Amino acid sequence: MSIPVGPTPVVELAPRPEAEALGIAETPAQQLWRTFRKDRLAMLGLYVLLALVAVALLGNLLTGWWVVFDPTTVRLPDKLLPPLSAPSTALAPELRPPFGSYPFGTDELGRSVFARMLQGSFVSLSVGVVAVGISLSIGVTIGGLAGFYGQRKLGPVSIDTLLMRFTDVVLCFPTFFLILTVVALLPPSIYNIMIVIGITSWMSIARFVRAEFLALREQDFVTAAQALGLPEWRIIFRHMIPNAMAPVLVSSTINVAHAILTESALSFLGFGVRPPYATWGNILADGRSYIFDAPWLFLIPGAAILVVVLAFNLVGEGLRDALNPKLRRRAS
Amino acid sequence: MAAEDSELLAIRNLHVDFETDAGLVPAVRGVDLNIAPGETVALVGESGCGKSVTAMSVMRLTEGRITAGSIHFQGRDLSRLPEPELRRIRGGQVGMIFQEPMTSLNPVFTVGRQIEEVLTLHQQLSASAARAQTLELLKRVGIPSPERRRLQYPHELSGGMKQRVMIAMAIACRPRLLIADEPTTALDVTIQAQIMELLRSLKQEFGMAVLLITHDLGVVAHFAERVLVMYAGKIVEQGSVRDVFKRAAHPYTQALLGALPDPLEPTLRLSAIPGRVPSPTMLPAGCSFCARCAHAFEPCPTERPELFEVSGEHRAACFLRRPPATFAPTPR
Repeated sequence: MSIPVGPTPVVELAPRPEAEALGIAETPAQQLWRTFRKDRLAMLGLYVLLALVAVALLGNLLTGWWVVFDPTTVRLPDKLLPPLSAPSTALAPELRPPFGSYPFGTDELGRSVFARMLQGSFVSLSVGVVAVGISLSIGVTIGGLAGFYGQRKLGPVSIDTLLMRFTDVVLCFPTFFLILTVVALLPPSIYNIMIVIGITSWMSIARFVRAEFLALREQDFVTAAQALGLPEWRIIFRHMIPNAMAPVLVSSTINVAHAILTESALSFLGFGVRPPYATWGNILADGRSYIFDAPWLFLIPGAAILVVVLAFNLVGEGLRDALNPKLRRRAS
Repeated sequence: MAAEDSELLAIRNLHVDFETDAGLVPAVRGVDLNIAPGETVALVGESGCGKSVTAMSVMRLTEGRITAGSIHFQGRDLSRLPEPELRRIRGGQVGMIFQEPMTSLNPVFTVGRQIEEVLTLHQQLSASAARAQTLELLKRVGIPSPERRRLQYPHELSGGMKQRVMIAMAIACRPRLLIADEPTTALDVTIQAQIMELLRSLKQEFGMAVLLITHDLGVVAHFAERVLVMYAGKIVEQGSVRDVFKRAAHPYTQALLGALPDPLEPTLRLSAIPGRVPSPTMLPAGCSFCARCAHAFEPCPTERPELFEVSGEHRAACFLRRPPATFAPTPR
């Protein structure tokens, strides 16, 4: 497993200048990075994600604040142009696209698909990240409480029973239909979608964290930390959570992919972000009426969703392998 | 009680019960224990006799419930102290070291950070002062090149080295009492001697009292001043190391000492104590050692022996040592 992987990335994880000067072995983060790098597919996924982050940030800048690519300009004479075509001469000069071309073609209203995809990439990424952020905070809190204080009784039932049965109940909901219902009742804003996806996807994280906490509670270093007089919050946040994060990190990465997919599905069904604002899901939805006349309208957003979801999954798989000490020993 | 003022630690009639599916299981049944400032007391007994539970109860770190008795440390009852005040004593005035140095350190932080955490917490030291103090401590517990070791992770250190780090953490705030729960059990013999020697010199330097929990009678003989022998949750014999080892009064202690191999007279089979420790759920009404005792006679199965005086401070809970009532001098 020593196949060289492309150019060496310049990402520096947790540098320890003092430690390096003294010639000390690597930190856990460096060790993780070393193993992760050997997984070519995971590295590919990581490059795609880094590119996506760059595109999303740049896209938000160029379509929002300093409008180079305007996703809302309607150019009816130029509607349904294939990718890489030039704008027609009938267009007013101020409506002409930058660099005199439509890289991804135009839609049925003559809007530049490239500009709309740029705008949508930011939506997709932020929905994924924020929704997983919400689900992480709920999941870690509930799982941590159940794992740490589970033994304590609250009336006739223990805290663990209470929290984990609640988790089971939420887990029983058909999540997508729940989201559809909630989104149908709420105004269709992107923030509502982030929150709704977040509060319906924390259950697996809660279970992981609880399991880790149950095991960690019995560890000597937790007892030792108590014997040293550390307050409970410090033991939980400084000593237990960093030790419990490995499976959570993996499942969160894959959850981001799920969230992006859910948002696209919602937008496709028309429950997502309001139409003038583009997301990959609603570009896809708009394109479905022209599936034979203008196939780029569904191929481009569809491929983007596919690639991003795949990249997140690959990175998740790579992380899972790198965080598994048994596989790590074999790999090194 | 006047005697308690001169004692550093005074445990009176301690009872600790564990709640299990089989009902309430008594692990410690009325233990009395005194430790004077600067004194070394050993608590010996086989696995499951309640010695570790007794030690953990001092810090209130046991899973079991203290159902009766008191634990006075410097005149304050630790069994009733509110949690925040108890935390100040844990790690501050009472240090603790554990059996398994391999798992007693948090794997995700450098050892230096873990020691610094204790110092900043209990002594409110600044980061740089804590770092200087950490180097000082590491040097004091005999860790070579502390500048380098400080930045290493627990997995990069050997078992003996980790136990030294644990000791450094335990003595970081100059505790008045050090509880050592089988500090050398997990280490190999040459390291054991080094660690015990280190503890002895630290004890002399800081004037700490030490409560040593062990089942290694050799360690007791070399290190402790007083010894208490525990069996099935009760103290069966106590006295100076010299008295207990030379003139063991309780049949259990005699059998325990008899089971030690004599290097001068190698035998094929080591002598063993017949039978098993009674299960704490089914303790006999009388002396709990009676079923295995070669000297059992008629009061043993029905009556519980108290600690009878053998000579001076040397006491044994055995009816063989009961002063015969008939010998009591009758006034003429």
